[in-house]
Amino acid sequence: MPLTSLKLPELSLVLLIGSSGAGKSTFARRLFQATEIVSSDQCRALVADDENDQSATPEAFALLHYLVGLRLKRGLLTVVDATNVQPEARKTLVQLARDYHVLPTAIILDVPDRVAEDRNRARAERQHLGRHVVPQQRQQLRRSLKTLRQEGFRHVYHLHGPEEVDAVQTIIRDPLYSNRKADTGPFDIIGDVHGCYHELVALLTQMGYGVHAELAQDTRDLGVRVTAPAGRRALFLGDLVDRGPASPQVLRLVMSMVQGGQALCVPGNHDIKLLRYLNGKQVAEKHGFAETVAQLATESETFKSQVRQFLDGLVSHYVLDGGKLVVAHAGMREEMQGRGSGAVRAFALFGETTGEIDEFGLPVRYNWASEYRGRATVVYGHTPVPEPEWLNNTIDIDTGCVFGGRLTALRYPERELVAVPAAQVYCEPVRPLRPAEVAADVAQLTAQQQHDDLLDIRDVTGKQMIKTRLLPSVTIREENAAAALEVMSRFALNPKWLLYLPPTMSPSETSALPDLLEHPAEAFDYFRRQGLERVVCEEKHMGSRVVVVLARDENAARRRFGVVGEGPGKCYTRTGRNFFTEAALEAAFLTRLQEALTAADFWERFQTDWLCLDAELLPWSAKAQELIKSQYAAVAAAATAALPEAVAVLSQASSRGLDGVEALLARTSARQTAAEHYAAAYRRYCWPVESLADLRLAPFHLLATEGRTYFDKDHAWHMETLRGICRHDEALLRATPYRVVNLHQITDVEAATQWWADLTAAGGEGMVVKPYDFIPGGRQHLVQPALKCRGREYLRIIYGPDYLLPGNLERLRERAVKAKRNLALREFALGVEGLERFVAGAPLREVHQCVFGVLALESEAVDPRL
Amino acid sequence: MLLTITTTHQPATDLGYLLHKNPSRLQTLDVAAGQAHVFYPEATAERCTAALLLTIDPVALVRSHRGPAGEGFALEQYVNDRPYVASSFLSAALAKAFNTAMNGTCKDRPELPDTLLPLMATVAVMPAASAEQLQRLFGPLGYEVETEAHPLDPTVPEWGNSRYFTLRLRHAGLRLQDLLSHLYVLIPVLDNNKHYWIGKAEAEKLLHRGGEWLPRHPEREFITRRYLRFSAYVNPTLERLLSNEEDLTDDTIELALSPAANAAPATELGAGEAADTLSLHDLRLDRVAEEIRRLGAKRVLDLGCGEGKLVRRLLQLPHVEHILALDVSWRELERAQQRLHVAEMPPRQRERLTLAQGSVLYHDPRLAGYDAAAVVEVIEHLDESRLATFEQVVFARARPGVVLVTTPNADYNQHYETLAAGQFRHQDHRFEWTQAQFTAWAGGVAERHGYRVRVEPLGPVMAGLGAPSQLAVFER
Repeated sequence: MPLTSLKLPELSLVLLIGSSGAGKSTFARRLFQATEIVSSDQCRALVADDENDQSATPEAFALLHYLVGLRLKRGLLTVVDATNVQPEARKTLVQLARDYHVLPTAIILDVPDRVAEDRNRARAERQHLGRHVVPQQRQQLRRSLKTLRQEGFRHVYHLHGPEEVDAVQTIIRDPLYSNRKADTGPFDIIGDVHGCYHELVALLTQMGYGVHAELAQDTRDLGVRVTAPAGRRALFLGDLVDRGPASPQVLRLVMSMVQGGQALCVPGNHDIKLLRYLNGKQVAEKHGFAETVAQLATESETFKSQVRQFLDGLVSHYVLDGGKLVVAHAGMREEMQGRGSGAVRAFALFGETTGEIDEFGLPVRYNWASEYRGRATVVYGHTPVPEPEWLNNTIDIDTGCVFGGRLTALRYPERELVAVPAAQVYCEPVRPLRPAEVAADVAQLTAQQQHDDLLDIRDVTGKQMIKTRLLPSVTIREENAAAALEVMSRFALNPKWLLYLPPTMSPSETSALPDLLEHPAEAFDYFRRQGLERVVCEEKHMGSRVVVVLARDENAARRRFGVVGEGPGKCYTRTGRNFFTEAALEAAFLTRLQEALTAADFWERFQTDWLCLDAELLPWSAKAQELIKSQYAAVAAAATAALPEAVAVLSQASSRGLDGVEALLARTSARQTAAEHYAAAYRRYCWPVESLADLRLAPFHLLATEGRTYFDKDHAWHMETLRGICRHDEALLRATPYRVVNLHQITDVEAATQWWADLTAAGGEGMVVKPYDFIPGGRQHLVQPALKCRGREYLRIIYGPDYLLPGNLERLRERAVKAKRNLALREFALGVEGLERFVAGAPLREVHQCVFGVLALESEAVDPRL
Repeated sequence: MLLTITTTHQPATDLGYLLHKNPSRLQTLDVAAGQAHVFYPEATAERCTAALLLTIDPVALVRSHRGPAGEGFALEQYVNDRPYVASSFLSAALAKAFNTAMNGTCKDRPELPDTLLPLMATVAVMPAASAEQLQRLFGPLGYEVETEAHPLDPTVPEWGNSRYFTLRLRHAGLRLQDLLSHLYVLIPVLDNNKHYWIGKAEAEKLLHRGGEWLPRHPEREFITRRYLRFSAYVNPTLERLLSNEEDLTDDTIELALSPAANAAPATELGAGEAADTLSLHDLRLDRVAEEIRRLGAKRVLDLGCGEGKLVRRLLQLPHVEHILALDVSWRELERAQQRLHVAEMPPRQRERLTLAQGSVLYHDPRLAGYDAAAVVEVIEHLDESRLATFEQVVFARARPGVVLVTTPNADYNQHYETLAAGQFRHQDHRFEWTQAQFTAWAGGVAERHGYRVRVEPLGPVMAGLGAPSQLAVFER
């Protein structure tokens, strides 16, 4: 009875093996998707314009191997449609399968020479085939049959004759054993038990499991009954046995739980050693194995046989919860997750070693987690650690129970750690639990913080696609990343401080009113068009935008930001640059702010020891003095020095009655007046800064505190919350005047417009209009987080002294805000994402990627006057 | 901006013939980014003044991309002093409005061009480093020079004077053609801003305008250097000339430190060299290259390669098989690409060099496996708080066999008269270390990472001060 279906692992490299004319291409097309097939003929055509050009064979196979490699890397089943009759041809492909931890499968289309030759004769392009070709290929095929398993093929299907080939109707794709993505938990993941039965029972009990011994009813019954808390299951990370006092009891308990569906288990290296012993292999009685052997001596053969079967059935690692969780005894690199190969299994059992032997005679383990970049959380054990610590979304929860440490469980998805102490030291560790001493201040940092001391250039350069909560994907172009690398390297603070960079802000659309470029009407219109009911108008302070990251004290800064010896906080600009150049002024400023926060009872009220504020620091000249001198004042100085001279000469010429001089004189005089207004405009925002008394901080967003962000709070909340803090130091802190405007209430809108007119007439920069909610919900598109409406006088310093002169304003009206708005949204999404990652405890590189992205987007060429 | 030319030659109205512009009319010509208006505020037989008023249209300036590029300060492109100051735009307008006069022809009075006239000229306003500089440039040409300085902001007296002057020149007897040529050449030299209009032909025209008097001018070197400096951007031939005569490329320490030298934007890491005299920088690079030769390093890292001056030296060392030259600035790398003529390199040489963007503050696996790394005048451009990260990247992770680090010697700064106490040699320097500080840092690094280190002076040693620069050689 010929097979009608073939079973393959869902991720495998399928080699069709058969002579020319055996029907491989037809078979492949019939049973696989067209995109899954990589054919040598097609590759030959691609590199030679001719499927039969044998001179192109090396290039054709280079292409074939390249394509196969890319597909396997991306985890796609791939069918190789080539004769594959020679072992050396297969060898490269098997190696590719190994490189990407994919199982190789062979399907042999063993068709009589006559059939193949007839088919070839019927095809014009195969006429050139010599008579010897098909018989020779078939001969090679027959010779291969014996060696395929040896070559590494796990599944081999031998189809004899065209009938068996045609009989196959379906390919059944078996999920890999490790694929348990549909299983979402929740789990209680338990580290290396090593025969510590009492601690295991105590731990299970503490987590709400009931462990009851009972009389064995029959041989399958292990004599333990466990009840699990509703919906939960235990997940053992292996190394159940060796070293400890009660390995058989641990096995009995775990096997019973697995059998009863209350637990999953992956194998550890010690478990596999026991399996080999039970299989009758010679095993060295080292590393606590002797104890296990002794303890098993009194156990029944039936039990030993059950243990053998249990261990034999364990799967190297599991991918769970939609791919979000991976468990393995010794960890799992990203590219190995959910794959199957000897290397994957070995990694799961032993982790990564460098091949070196340390002073204790143990293999030197390489911390694979320090380079881990995967999205999946990896929970593992194997290497005893004093404290479980998150590093790059991985955690080792082997806390060395058998060495007198603790038995630890990680509750997933809660990510809570539960532990019970060891009742005693059952075994002295060969290598002390705490590794080499590090400097005292560094030792107080977490593993993640130490790791984060050094960011990797590969995480920020080249084209980046960043997934954010607010926008599915924000693309950073390579050249923008290059620009950001320079700015970040040359000017930015220690990246550990950079939690957030504010987005750029678009102005309202250009006003149609005479003598104005911007007016609130357009901003209100925009938000009305977006379907918003209410907006918040905030006075726009003309200073420097700063982000303040401040901890309650230096200890809190070290704990939360992982910085040592850089003070309790930083105040940085939109490009991540330290706002302060004088350490003493910075310290004084931060202390005053801490005092105000303490006086406002902020730390207790928000259950935090740090915060992140978005603010404006005044005066403008505090940070921009050099720029003001070299640019703004210089322009005013040049204009006010040059123009009177021109006016004088023109007046003289005008008195001679020359034609046309009048008009030129009038215009030059107008420019002279404009230059004076321009000078007045920038002077308004400058005052000398000699001490802290001259600085003002106007905070307008409370961005984050421990464990949370405040993007879910409306702007009125932000304003009021911050006003509450500002009250406690009115000399330094300035509460921002604001008003809530109902866009459908004409009186509201008129009053706000009048407010803007008054603010700007008094020399104010203008106002910022924001949606009432920080991130308005229930919309398909992201709404601009803010629009600015700047005043007529202020805009002189942006558009130049002459911008209001006839002929200029008309041309300046042609400005497009679209690119700026697009940019504002992308930067906003990145900013929010970065901060949310930070409060969720993500590794620095994931936060830095967002911050770096904002900086990169800032190098996009948009009109800087907008 | 305004230029007036006055003569008291009799009859003074001859000026109209000479300039080929009728004194009784206002004439307007279109010039680059604006208009030039020529008129006569006075025209009597005793005294005649011609005025050239240039009105630059700031909006058009942006749209035609003739204004400042705004590198480093984006808004500079839109708000700048160009509409008010004498600049290359004025030179261009001169050449267009007074073409015949500049060429010394006058159809109606052929003898006039060669007549020596009493002449006065006023420029409002002229950018210059100092009044003294104006004196130095115009004085040797026989002018009586009068300057009026303008405050940067009269409401903020502590800011002092701006770099703008009203310039008045007087000459007892001079050909008009010469006055115009002097202004034509010296205005852009003083303005020291890019000549946006200069193409190859213009550059040659300028050298032609100065041909007669420039070789005798005591500041001829400064004038040529300033002039060529910007033409280099658009004229590859001149650039090649420059790269072979390196002593023409950089300003002296005095110029770079003067507040008026705003032409160098603060965003060029590799270009941080303007602060030192060129010979010192050459010395430094020669010394580092010599160390690499002595060590026989085959694979060499150049961290902060700038425009590639060290790379050029390293390529000449036969034992150097590969150079990985990194800079954090994309612009510097492009400049290096051009200066080293990478595109035209023969394949064998090309294979020896990789130019790429990189940062010494991010772990970079490309840096591993090198025999030597040169880090020339880089660390002082990093905030001191980031040096620990630099140390990790270079000494803990990349671990080249040898690391050569150079940095200025702060002890030596008191030798620079123009440098106020506590002031750094370059505006982008975040610190400048004394010999003791550098030695202490280098010792710590060496101890933490298993290197031996020696620190030596680099450059001519002054008793008690050391050399201008210092070099640390770390060996594993």
